[in-house]
Amino acid sequence: METKDGIEHKTEILVVGTNESILATVLRLLNNNVAWKATGVSTIAGALASCKENVYQILMIGAGLTDEQEKNLAAQVCMIYPDIHIILHYGGGSGLLFAEIYLALGTKN
Amino acid sequence: MAQSVLHTADSRGGADHGWLKSHHTFSFAGYFNPERIQFGALRVLNDDSVDGGMGFGDHPHDNMEIISLPLEGALQHKDSMGNLATIEPGEIQAMSAGTGIYHTEYNKDKTAAVKFLQIWIFPNKRNVEPRYDQVKIDTPKPNQLVQVLSPNADDAGVWIHQDAWFNLGKLDKDGTIDYQIHKKGNGAYIFVLEGKLEINGQLLDRRDGYGIWDIDSFTVKTSDQADFLIMEVPMEL
Repeated sequence: METKDGIEHKTEILVVGTNESILATVLRLLNNNVAWKATGVSTIAGALASCKENVYQILMIGAGLTDEQEKNLAAQVCMIYPDIHIILHYGGGSGLLFAEIYLALGTKN
Repeated sequence: MAQSVLHTADSRGGADHGWLKSHHTFSFAGYFNPERIQFGALRVLNDDSVDGGMGFGDHPHDNMEIISLPLEGALQHKDSMGNLATIEPGEIQAMSAGTGIYHTEYNKDKTAAVKFLQIWIFPNKRNVEPRYDQVKIDTPKPNQLVQVLSPNADDAGVWIHQDAWFNLGKLDKDGTIDYQIHKKGNGAYIFVLEGKLEINGQLLDRRDGYGIWDIDSFTVKTSDQADFLIMEVPMEL
């Protein structure tokens, strides 16, 4: 949980994936952590629109995009948030998910 | 110059869910150790025991090469591609999760535990078409290796989307086996299933893991006896 101006803020995570049931599972698992707030979208356009409306610390790219789409999405999101952590998610469930976030944040919270 | 890393059996992470007891060589689920994330493309090495009649309910995977190697008992697999299969010792299962797959894994026996290794390898390509494979494997003869996994569909064992090779080995008392790395840049992770091993002067006990890289070959030997698994994987992703 990040603290700014004495107020605790959840780490905002944007998850992009085209497999809606896996996306729902990933969101449920992430949102079980009280320090994290995960939002899911299934398209690049949806991701970019969400980035303009919210401030994210982490972009997690799940399954379903092509290599080119993954690169384009990462590049465009980096233009909006140069300091964002970008994670290519592997595994689709709880196995690696938390370690991927902990490593991106550089800590376990 | 050869580099190496030792993961003793008692240094692994643990999870005890009652029906499931697991030892994690690398960070997995609730076990997180930033010093123990992966060995090259080898990301997960779970040493699992599932009680009779119990198992993993329907759950998803994507973008991972998932290999199951039964050690005792029988594991029943059912997936969203329509596969229904049981795997037992003497078989190996590989699943390319790719764009996404759901599956269940249950102990087929109502009383005895099923024990198996679950191994996850990072794929060399994301979002492949999901696939499932299961093959019978030969039992290693003393002082021989048996290949159980490769990148090639027409080679022995199962194949996966990665330049990885797995071999099961068996050593009799005072036996030795030489192993040649298949591809430059690959390393090898040796996991002791039973007995004791020695590699490059490093003594290994049951369930110890030992990674070695920046080498072309190495020799596995024992003054006792041993069963083991060699997992050769790329060190760079």
